[in-house]
Amino acid sequence: MTRLARNAFVGIVLLFLAAPLVVIAGVSLNQPKRLLFPPQGFSVKWYAALFTENDWASALTNSVIVAVLASVLAVSVALPLAHLAWSRRSPFARALFGLGIAPFMLPPVISALGFLVFWLSLGLYGSILATVVSHGVFLIALPLVTISLGLEAVDRSLIEAARTMGANGRTVFLTVVFPLIRPYLVSGFAFAAVLSLNEYIIAYMVAGFSVETLPIKVFNSLRYGYTPVMASAAVLFVLVAVTVFGAVARFGDLPRLLGAYRSGQP
Amino acid sequence: MIARQERSAFWTQALMPSAVLAVFFVVPFAIMLAVSFFERVEGGLFEPSFDLASYIRFLTPFFGGILLVSITLAAGTAAVVVAVAFPFTCFMSRMRRRTQSAVLVFILSVLSLSEVIIGFAWSTLLSQTAGIGNLLALLGLIEGPKAYAPGLLALMLGLAYLGFPYAVLTMYPSVSRLDPELTEAARMSGASPVRAFFSVTLPIMRRTIIGALILVFVFTLGAYLLPQVLGRPRHWTLPVHITDQAIFQSNIPFAAAMAMFLLLVSLALVGLALAAGADRKCDPA
Repeated sequence: MTRLARNAFVGIVLLFLAAPLVVIAGVSLNQPKRLLFPPQGFSVKWYAALFTENDWASALTNSVIVAVLASVLAVSVALPLAHLAWSRRSPFARALFGLGIAPFMLPPVISALGFLVFWLSLGLYGSILATVVSHGVFLIALPLVTISLGLEAVDRSLIEAARTMGANGRTVFLTVVFPLIRPYLVSGFAFAAVLSLNEYIIAYMVAGFSVETLPIKVFNSLRYGYTPVMASAAVLFVLVAVTVFGAVARFGDLPRLLGAYRSGQP
Repeated sequence: MIARQERSAFWTQALMPSAVLAVFFVVPFAIMLAVSFFERVEGGLFEPSFDLASYIRFLTPFFGGILLVSITLAAGTAAVVVAVAFPFTCFMSRMRRRTQSAVLVFILSVLSLSEVIIGFAWSTLLSQTAGIGNLLALLGLIEGPKAYAPGLLALMLGLAYLGFPYAVLTMYPSVSRLDPELTEAARMSGASPVRAFFSVTLPIMRRTIIGALILVFVFTLGAYLLPQVLGRPRHWTLPVHITDQAIFQSNIPFAAAMAMFLLLVSLALVGLALAAGADRKCDPA
């Protein structure tokens, strides 16, 4: 197949992926309070509404709080776990590693229902704590995978050298290992935060009626009254994702982070 | 002395992750398993007992219908998605590193989008006032603007959109490590590009493709929102009914039983996919 045909195929598929986003972006610029495309008039008031209209602003605040705290939790569980699985190849460490990946691999509705009954029995159903912890546990897999990739790239002879010079395990970790894996830790945090911002079913099942996050708010509007603010919220999601992943690609090696590596390749 | 130190370091490191995962992941699943045997209480939630009623409902045509819809939709979507995603990933991985990075940023962004956003975007795109129908009418291809959602086609499009980035990202590692010289050799020996693809690339990538098919199948099987937004009630899948039973019908035991069923099916399939992937890594390629 010629290069042109190949690129055309990739282009058409990318166009398919972009089409709904383009329509959403157009709809978000409507003047009237209706979802029209092409948009009628031009206005950015629906973006302003996202920050000024009380219910949208509070949903946005909830989402950001949950995303930040849940990602902190996910990273702080993932870091010792990844380090453990990397430094000891014990069956226990491997089983624990698998357990950390599992919540993310399974259909989210299963974890969502598990969390629902768990928080119900604790009497914490409907609290923001439930949303934060559930998201944190659900998203451990992401920093776990990125940090493990970072650890695999660490040259073990560096550690041997530090050991020989008398550094104990703690010093080796803080002065040698940690600085080397920091970029992977940051991208793990970023992946988890973006996915938490977008997560719907778990947030809905554990506290959907009291802690309204942005996706829940969008879905409720989808049922009970359309407004272009939904579209501006959606555009915000896309922009956040593109910015975060763009930054990861800019400061790190995205293809490698996603598993592409062939020795001898520039 | 050192050995003891190392062992204590092991346990300090293991303590926090094991505690968090045990309390917030293993315990919830144990409770869910228990609840699936509980008795539903009219007007309340549930009462402890050992009741197989929820599992016996699996034998009803109601559940059979849900299962049939869920599996057909997921299998259809997985086939379509992988058929497009495989050549896409192959072509993309040959592009320059910078272009690849840009495409991957976009793919990751689409992947991270909430099902809510995807459902909303597609229902708008397929709606009467803001979508394809409008455009086709503008071009004079159809008489007046019409809506294409909700419907089976709309749902399939949405599910394909949801699964596509996953398919690309699961196949990307092995596809990008594929030695381009293999296909080049086939081309030099006079095979047409299509023939080289079918007789060299496809067989090497068989396991990767099967792995991706299974993962997209599991992933689409887990879709809970698109069937509600883009489909009609007869297209509701297992997760939609799980949510519906738990939240709106207040029948948590039945929801839990269905979730356990979905869990077992998914675990079995993910295990199968991992096994397919693991053997691939053992290849010296």
